[in-house]
Amino acid sequence: MKKLKDLFKLFLTFFKIGLFTFGGGYAMIAILQSELVEKKKWIKDEDFYSVLSIAESTPGPIAINMATFLGYKKTGVLGSIFATLGVVLPSFIIIFLISQFFDAFLKFTLVQYAFKGIQACIGFLILNAGLKMVKKIKSPLEIALLCTSFTALILFTLFSVNFSTIFFVLIGGLVGLTAYAISLIIKNKRGGNQ
Amino acid sequence: MSIYLLLFLTFLKIGSVSFGGGYGMISLVREEVLLNGWLTDAEFMNFIAVAESTPGPIAINMATFIGSTQGALQGGIWGSLLGATLATLGVVLPSFIIILIIASIAKNLLSFKGVKAFLYGIKPTVAGLIVGTGLTMIASAVLGTKTLSAAVNFDYKALIIFGLIVAVSIIYNRVKKVKISPILLIVISAILGLILYSI
Repeated sequence: MKKLKDLFKLFLTFFKIGLFTFGGGYAMIAILQSELVEKKKWIKDEDFYSVLSIAESTPGPIAINMATFLGYKKTGVLGSIFATLGVVLPSFIIIFLISQFFDAFLKFTLVQYAFKGIQACIGFLILNAGLKMVKKIKSPLEIALLCTSFTALILFTLFSVNFSTIFFVLIGGLVGLTAYAISLIIKNKRGGNQ
Repeated sequence: MSIYLLLFLTFLKIGSVSFGGGYGMISLVREEVLLNGWLTDAEFMNFIAVAESTPGPIAINMATFIGSTQGALQGGIWGSLLGATLATLGVVLPSFIIILIIASIAKNLLSFKGVKAFLYGIKPTVAGLIVGTGLTMIASAVLGTKTLSAAVNFDYKALIIFGLIVAVSIIYNRVKKVKISPILLIVISAILGLILYSI
Protein backbone atom coordinates (compact mmCIF):
# COMPACT_ATOMS: atom_id res chain seq x y z
CA MET A 1 0.00 0.00 0.00
CA LYS A 2 2.78 2.39 0.94
CA LYS A 3 4.61 1.45 -2.21
CA LEU A 4 1.55 2.22 -4.30
CA LYS A 5 1.35 5.64 -2.65
CA ASP A 6 5.04 6.27 -3.35
CA LEU A 7 4.60 5.34 -6.99
CA PHE A 8 1.63 7.64 -7.33
CA LYS A 9 3.57 10.48 -5.71
CA LEU A 10 6.49 9.93 -8.12
CA PHE A 11 4.12 9.91 -11.06
CA LEU A 12 2.38 13.13 -9.95
CA THR A 13 5.59 15.02 -9.22
CA PHE A 14 7.08 14.24 -12.60
CA PHE A 15 3.75 14.85 -14.33
CA LYS A 16 3.84 18.37 -12.88
CA ILE A 17 7.45 18.83 -14.03
CA GLY A 18 6.52 17.59 -17.51
CA LEU A 19 3.63 20.02 -17.66
CA PHE A 20 5.63 23.13 -16.85
CA THR A 21 8.87 22.67 -18.72
CA PHE A 22 8.76 24.59 -21.94
CA GLY A 23 11.34 24.17 -24.68
CA GLY A 24 13.55 22.01 -22.51
CA GLY A 25 17.19 22.73 -21.74
CA TYR A 26 18.35 24.98 -18.99
CA ALA A 27 15.04 26.50 -17.87
CA MET A 28 14.05 22.94 -17.07
CA ILE A 29 17.05 22.45 -14.79
CA ALA A 30 15.93 25.31 -12.52
CA ILE A 31 12.45 23.77 -12.21
CA LEU A 32 13.86 20.30 -11.55
CA GLN A 33 16.13 21.69 -8.85
CA SER A 34 13.47 23.67 -6.99
CA GLU A 35 11.00 20.79 -7.15
CA LEU A 36 13.30 17.83 -6.36
CA VAL A 37 16.01 19.36 -4.16
CA GLU A 38 14.28 22.20 -2.34
CA LYS A 39 10.63 21.16 -2.05
CA LYS A 40 10.59 17.34 -2.09
CA LYS A 41 14.14 16.90 -0.71
CA TRP A 42 14.42 13.67 -2.71
CA ILE A 43 18.02 14.35 -3.58
CA LYS A 44 20.84 16.45 -2.12
CA ASP A 45 22.18 19.41 -4.05
CA GLU A 46 25.58 17.83 -4.81
CA ASP A 47 23.92 14.57 -5.88
CA PHE A 48 21.59 16.57 -8.12
CA TYR A 49 24.58 17.92 -10.00
CA SER A 50 26.16 14.52 -10.41
CA VAL A 51 22.89 13.15 -11.83
CA LEU A 52 22.77 16.20 -14.07
CA SER A 53 26.20 15.42 -15.47
CA ILE A 54 25.09 11.83 -16.09
CA ALA A 55 22.00 13.16 -17.89
CA GLU A 56 24.15 15.43 -20.03
CA SER A 57 26.44 12.58 -21.10
CA THR A 58 23.74 10.09 -22.03
CA PRO A 59 21.33 10.29 -24.94
CA GLY A 60 17.86 11.69 -24.36
CA PRO A 61 16.31 14.76 -22.78
CA ILE A 62 17.54 15.73 -19.30
CA ALA A 63 14.09 15.71 -17.65
CA ILE A 64 13.49 12.14 -18.81
CA ASN A 65 16.90 10.99 -17.60
CA MET A 66 16.31 12.66 -14.23
CA ALA A 67 12.89 10.98 -13.89
CA THR A 68 14.25 7.51 -14.72
CA PHE A 69 17.21 7.89 -12.33
CA LEU A 70 15.29 9.28 -9.33
CA GLY A 71 12.37 6.91 -9.90
CA TYR A 72 14.78 3.98 -9.67
CA LYS A 73 16.48 5.38 -6.55
CA LYS A 74 13.12 5.85 -4.78
CA THR A 75 11.29 2.61 -5.60
CA GLY A 76 13.23 0.51 -8.09
CA VAL A 77 12.34 -0.34 -11.68
CA LEU A 78 8.60 0.26 -11.14
CA GLY A 79 9.42 3.70 -9.77
CA SER A 80 11.51 4.54 -12.81
CA ILE A 81 8.65 3.50 -15.11
CA PHE A 82 6.10 5.61 -13.23
CA ALA A 83 8.34 8.68 -13.02
CA THR A 84 9.28 8.48 -16.72
CA LEU A 85 5.65 7.98 -17.72
CA GLY A 86 4.71 10.98 -15.59
CA VAL A 87 7.22 13.32 -17.22
CA VAL A 88 6.35 12.21 -20.77
CA LEU A 89 2.55 12.11 -20.48
CA PRO A 90 1.72 15.87 -20.41
CA SER A 91 3.54 16.67 -23.63
CA PHE A 92 2.24 13.45 -25.20
CA ILE A 93 -1.38 14.45 -24.52
CA ILE A 94 -0.92 18.07 -25.59
CA ILE A 95 0.92 17.25 -28.83
CA PHE A 96 -1.48 14.42 -29.64
CA LEU A 97 -4.41 16.86 -29.40
CA ILE A 98 -2.59 19.51 -31.46
CA SER A 99 -1.71 16.95 -34.14
CA GLN A 100 -5.42 16.22 -34.67
CA PHE A 101 -6.13 19.83 -35.62
CA PHE A 102 -2.83 21.16 -36.92
CA ASP A 103 -3.48 20.58 -40.63
CA ALA A 104 -6.93 22.16 -40.48
CA PHE A 105 -5.46 25.09 -38.53
CA LEU A 106 -2.78 25.62 -41.19
CA LYS A 107 -5.41 25.96 -43.92
CA PHE A 108 -6.25 29.51 -42.77
CA THR A 109 -4.37 32.02 -44.91
CA LEU A 110 -3.45 34.27 -41.98
CA VAL A 111 -2.07 31.30 -40.05
CA GLN A 112 0.03 30.42 -43.09
CA TYR A 113 1.44 33.95 -43.14
CA ALA A 114 2.29 33.74 -39.44
CA PHE A 115 4.05 30.40 -39.94
CA LYS A 116 5.99 31.73 -42.93
CA GLY A 117 7.30 34.40 -40.57
CA ILE A 118 8.10 31.77 -37.96
CA GLN A 119 10.04 29.67 -40.50
CA ALA A 120 12.42 32.59 -40.98
CA CYS A 121 13.10 32.57 -37.21
CA ILE A 122 13.54 28.83 -36.51
CA GLY A 123 16.93 28.52 -38.21
CA PHE A 124 18.19 31.36 -36.03
CA LEU A 125 17.00 29.58 -32.86
CA ILE A 126 18.78 26.37 -33.88
CA LEU A 127 21.91 28.31 -34.83
CA ASN A 128 21.90 29.95 -31.38
CA ALA A 129 21.57 26.59 -29.63
CA GLY A 130 24.52 25.28 -31.66
CA LEU A 131 26.69 28.33 -30.98
CA LYS A 132 26.06 27.93 -27.26
CA MET A 133 27.66 24.47 -27.49
CA VAL A 134 30.49 25.83 -29.65
CA LYS A 135 31.44 28.29 -26.88
CA LYS A 136 32.34 25.41 -24.55
CA ILE A 137 34.87 24.00 -27.02
CA LYS A 138 38.56 24.48 -26.22
CA SER A 139 41.03 21.81 -27.37
CA PRO A 140 42.42 21.58 -30.95
CA LEU A 141 40.93 18.08 -31.37
CA GLU A 142 37.47 19.39 -30.49
CA ILE A 143 37.85 22.32 -32.88
CA ALA A 144 38.94 19.95 -35.68
CA LEU A 145 35.90 17.70 -35.08
CA LEU A 146 33.57 20.71 -34.96
CA CYS A 147 34.88 22.13 -38.25
CA THR A 148 34.82 18.74 -39.97
CA SER A 149 31.25 17.84 -39.03
CA PHE A 150 30.08 21.37 -39.85
CA THR A 151 31.75 21.47 -43.29
CA ALA A 152 30.69 17.92 -44.16
CA LEU A 153 27.06 18.60 -43.22
CA ILE A 154 26.95 21.79 -45.32
CA LEU A 155 28.59 20.13 -48.35
CA PHE A 156 26.42 17.00 -48.15
CA THR A 157 23.31 19.17 -47.89
CA LEU A 158 24.31 21.41 -50.82
CA PHE A 159 25.02 18.45 -53.08
CA SER A 160 22.09 16.34 -51.73
CA VAL A 161 24.38 13.50 -50.61
CA ASN A 162 22.65 11.00 -48.34
CA PHE A 163 24.98 10.36 -45.41
CA SER A 164 23.24 9.68 -42.11
CA THR A 165 24.17 12.02 -39.27
CA ILE A 166 24.35 8.89 -37.12
CA PHE A 167 27.68 8.16 -38.80
CA PHE A 168 28.93 11.65 -37.95
CA VAL A 169 28.17 11.02 -34.28
CA LEU A 170 29.80 7.58 -34.29
CA ILE A 171 32.89 8.80 -36.18
CA GLY A 172 33.21 11.68 -33.70
CA GLY A 173 33.11 9.21 -30.81
CA LEU A 174 35.65 6.90 -32.47
CA VAL A 175 38.04 9.80 -33.12
CA GLY A 176 37.80 10.71 -29.43
CA LEU A 177 38.54 7.10 -28.51
CA THR A 178 41.45 6.83 -30.95
CA ALA A 179 43.00 10.06 -29.69
CA TYR A 180 42.81 8.67 -26.17
CA ALA A 181 44.39 5.36 -27.24
CA ILE A 182 47.24 7.20 -28.99
CA SER A 183 47.89 9.33 -25.91
CA LEU A 184 48.10 6.10 -23.84
CA ILE A 185 50.59 4.51 -26.29
CA ILE A 186 52.80 7.61 -26.26
CA LYS A 187 52.74 7.63 -22.48
CA ASN A 188 53.71 3.93 -22.34
CA LYS A 189 56.60 4.40 -24.79
CA ARG A 190 58.00 7.27 -22.77
CA GLY A 191 57.66 5.16 -19.62
CA GLY A 192 59.48 2.24 -21.35
CA ASN A 193 62.41 4.35 -22.56
CA GLN A 194 63.30 5.65 -19.17
CA MET B 1 7.47 -2.64 -43.42
CA SER B 2 4.40 -1.58 -41.48
CA ILE B 3 4.34 2.17 -40.85
CA TYR B 4 3.99 1.54 -37.09
CA LEU B 5 7.10 -0.62 -36.94
CA LEU B 6 8.95 1.92 -39.10
CA LEU B 7 7.94 4.76 -36.75
CA PHE B 8 9.06 2.80 -33.70
CA LEU B 9 12.42 1.79 -35.22
CA THR B 10 13.14 5.25 -36.65
CA PHE B 11 12.57 6.95 -33.30
CA LEU B 12 14.44 4.21 -31.47
CA LYS B 13 17.42 5.08 -33.66
CA ILE B 14 16.95 8.81 -33.00
CA GLY B 15 16.64 8.18 -29.25
CA SER B 16 19.88 6.18 -29.12
CA VAL B 17 22.12 8.88 -30.56
CA SER B 18 20.47 12.10 -29.39
CA PHE B 19 23.40 13.38 -27.37
CA GLY B 20 23.72 17.03 -26.44
CA GLY B 21 20.24 17.73 -25.05
CA GLY B 22 17.59 20.03 -26.52
CA TYR B 23 18.46 20.30 -30.18
CA GLY B 24 21.01 17.47 -30.14
CA MET B 25 18.78 15.30 -32.31
CA ILE B 26 17.56 18.00 -34.67
CA SER B 27 19.72 17.16 -37.69
CA LEU B 28 18.89 13.46 -37.47
CA VAL B 29 15.14 14.00 -37.07
CA ARG B 30 15.13 16.39 -40.03
CA GLU B 31 17.00 13.91 -42.18
CA GLU B 32 14.71 11.00 -41.23
CA VAL B 33 11.41 12.85 -41.75
CA LEU B 34 12.57 14.24 -45.11
CA LEU B 35 13.89 10.88 -46.35
CA ASN B 36 10.69 9.09 -45.35
CA GLY B 37 8.58 11.85 -46.90
CA TRP B 38 6.78 12.41 -43.58
CA LEU B 39 7.12 16.21 -43.61
CA THR B 40 8.49 18.88 -45.95
CA ASP B 41 11.27 21.15 -44.68
CA ALA B 42 8.76 24.00 -44.19
CA GLU B 43 6.37 21.73 -42.26
CA PHE B 44 9.28 20.55 -40.13
CA MET B 45 10.15 24.13 -39.19
CA ASN B 46 6.48 24.87 -38.43
CA PHE B 47 6.47 22.01 -36.03
CA ILE B 48 9.66 23.10 -34.27
CA ALA B 49 7.77 26.31 -33.42
CA VAL B 50 4.93 24.25 -31.94
CA ALA B 51 7.36 22.05 -30.00
CA GLU B 52 9.12 25.14 -28.61
CA SER B 53 5.84 26.69 -27.48
CA THR B 54 4.42 23.63 -25.74
CA PRO B 55 5.74 21.90 -22.61
CA GLY B 56 8.03 18.91 -22.81
CA PRO B 57 11.35 18.07 -24.44
CA ILE B 58 11.50 18.70 -28.19
CA ALA B 59 12.53 15.14 -29.07
CA ILE B 60 9.41 13.76 -27.38
CA ASN B 61 7.13 16.32 -29.01
CA MET B 62 8.57 15.49 -32.43
CA ALA B 63 8.05 11.76 -31.95
CA THR B 64 4.46 12.17 -30.73
CA PHE B 65 3.54 14.56 -33.55
CA ILE B 66 5.06 12.59 -36.41
CA GLY B 67 3.79 9.28 -35.01
CA SER B 68 0.32 10.71 -34.66
CA THR B 69 0.07 12.31 -38.12
CA GLN B 70 1.57 9.31 -39.94
CA GLY B 71 -0.53 6.82 -37.96
CA ALA B 72 -3.67 8.83 -38.78
CA LEU B 73 -3.04 8.39 -42.52
CA GLN B 74 -3.03 4.65 -41.98
CA GLY B 75 -5.79 4.03 -39.47
CA GLY B 76 -7.73 7.12 -38.41
CA ILE B 77 -7.82 8.15 -34.75
CA TRP B 78 -6.73 4.75 -33.37
CA GLY B 79 -3.93 4.53 -35.91
CA SER B 80 -2.95 8.01 -34.84
CA LEU B 81 -2.85 7.02 -31.16
CA LEU B 82 -0.90 3.84 -31.92
CA GLY B 83 1.61 5.70 -34.11
CA ALA B 84 2.11 8.42 -31.48
CA THR B 85 2.55 5.84 -28.71
CA LEU B 86 5.06 3.72 -30.62
CA ALA B 87 7.14 6.67 -31.84
CA THR B 88 7.26 8.19 -28.34
CA LEU B 89 8.12 4.83 -26.78
CA GLY B 90 10.88 4.43 -29.35
CA VAL B 91 12.49 7.76 -28.60
CA VAL B 92 12.31 7.31 -24.80
CA LEU B 93 13.39 3.66 -24.56
CA PRO B 94 17.16 3.98 -25.23
CA SER B 95 17.76 6.67 -22.61
CA PHE B 96 15.46 4.85 -20.18
CA ILE B 97 17.50 1.66 -20.48
CA ILE B 98 20.88 3.39 -20.30
CA ILE B 99 19.94 5.39 -17.21
CA LEU B 100 18.50 2.29 -15.56
CA ILE B 101 21.78 0.45 -16.16
CA ILE B 102 23.78 3.35 -14.71
CA ALA B 103 21.46 3.68 -11.69
CA SER B 104 21.45 -0.04 -10.90
CA ILE B 105 24.54 -2.00 -11.92
CA ALA B 106 27.08 0.20 -13.68
CA LYS B 107 27.40 3.23 -11.41
CA ASN B 108 30.85 4.00 -12.76
CA LEU B 109 30.02 3.59 -16.43
CA LEU B 110 30.64 7.26 -17.13
CA SER B 111 33.90 7.44 -15.24
CA PHE B 112 35.54 4.87 -17.53
CA LYS B 113 38.21 6.70 -19.51
CA GLY B 114 37.13 5.03 -22.78
CA VAL B 115 33.51 6.15 -22.38
CA LYS B 116 34.72 9.65 -21.49
CA ALA B 117 36.94 9.78 -24.58
CA PHE B 118 34.05 8.62 -26.78
CA LEU B 119 31.75 11.34 -25.41
CA TYR B 120 34.56 13.88 -25.71
CA GLY B 121 34.60 13.21 -29.46
CA ILE B 122 30.82 13.27 -29.82
CA LYS B 123 30.13 16.67 -28.24
CA PRO B 124 31.95 18.95 -30.72
CA THR B 125 30.72 16.81 -33.64
CA VAL B 126 27.11 17.33 -32.55
CA ALA B 127 27.75 21.07 -32.06
CA GLY B 128 28.97 21.28 -35.67
CA LEU B 129 25.87 19.43 -36.89
CA ILE B 130 23.51 21.76 -35.02
CA VAL B 131 25.21 24.93 -36.32
CA GLY B 132 25.15 23.51 -39.88
CA THR B 133 21.48 22.54 -39.55
CA GLY B 134 20.61 26.07 -38.34
CA LEU B 135 22.35 27.63 -41.35
CA THR B 136 20.73 25.31 -43.91
CA MET B 137 17.34 26.02 -42.31
CA ILE B 138 17.89 29.74 -42.76
CA ALA B 139 18.81 29.04 -46.41
CA SER B 140 15.68 26.93 -46.77
CA ALA B 141 13.45 29.73 -45.43
CA VAL B 142 15.06 32.59 -47.38
CA LEU B 143 16.05 30.88 -50.65
CA GLY B 144 13.34 28.23 -50.78
CA THR B 145 15.97 25.49 -51.07
CA LYS B 146 19.00 24.12 -49.29
CA THR B 147 20.51 22.17 -52.18
CA LEU B 148 22.31 23.40 -55.29
CA SER B 149 20.25 21.22 -57.64
CA ALA B 150 16.86 22.82 -56.84
CA ALA B 151 15.79 26.20 -58.21
CA VAL B 152 16.31 29.20 -55.94
CA ASN B 153 13.13 30.97 -54.97
CA PHE B 154 14.34 34.08 -53.16
CA ASP B 155 11.90 35.35 -50.53
CA TYR B 156 12.99 38.88 -49.56
CA LYS B 157 10.25 39.09 -46.91
CA ALA B 158 11.74 36.10 -45.11
CA LEU B 159 15.14 37.80 -45.27
CA ILE B 160 13.66 40.98 -43.73
CA ILE B 161 12.02 38.97 -40.93
CA PHE B 162 15.26 37.08 -40.30
CA GLY B 163 17.22 40.36 -40.14
CA LEU B 164 14.71 41.90 -37.74
CA ILE B 165 14.76 38.81 -35.49
CA VAL B 166 18.56 38.92 -35.29
CA ALA B 167 18.44 42.67 -34.52
CA VAL B 168 15.76 42.25 -31.83
CA SER B 169 17.66 39.47 -30.07
CA ILE B 170 20.94 41.44 -30.12
CA ILE B 171 19.29 44.62 -28.80
CA TYR B 172 17.36 42.67 -26.13
CA ASN B 173 20.58 41.01 -25.02
CA ARG B 174 22.37 44.39 -24.76
CA VAL B 175 19.58 46.20 -22.89
CA LYS B 176 18.28 43.48 -20.56
CA LYS B 177 21.59 41.59 -20.16
CA VAL B 178 19.76 38.27 -20.58
CA LYS B 179 18.97 36.15 -23.62
CA ILE B 180 15.54 36.65 -25.16
CA SER B 181 13.24 33.63 -24.78
CA PRO B 182 12.74 31.54 -27.93
CA ILE B 183 8.96 31.70 -27.45
CA LEU B 184 9.01 35.52 -27.53
CA LEU B 185 11.08 35.41 -30.74
CA ILE B 186 8.59 32.98 -32.30
CA VAL B 187 5.69 35.30 -31.39
CA ILE B 188 7.49 38.33 -32.86
CA SER B 189 8.31 36.47 -36.08
CA ALA B 190 4.69 35.29 -36.38
CA ILE B 191 3.46 38.90 -36.10
CA LEU B 192 6.05 40.05 -38.65
CA GLY B 193 4.94 37.26 -40.99
CA LEU B 194 1.28 38.28 -40.61
CA ILE B 195 2.10 41.90 -41.46
CA LEU B 196 4.62 41.39 -44.29
CA TYR B 197 2.88 38.56 -46.17
CA SER B 198 -0.51 40.33 -45.93
CA ILE B 199 0.80 43.41 -47.72
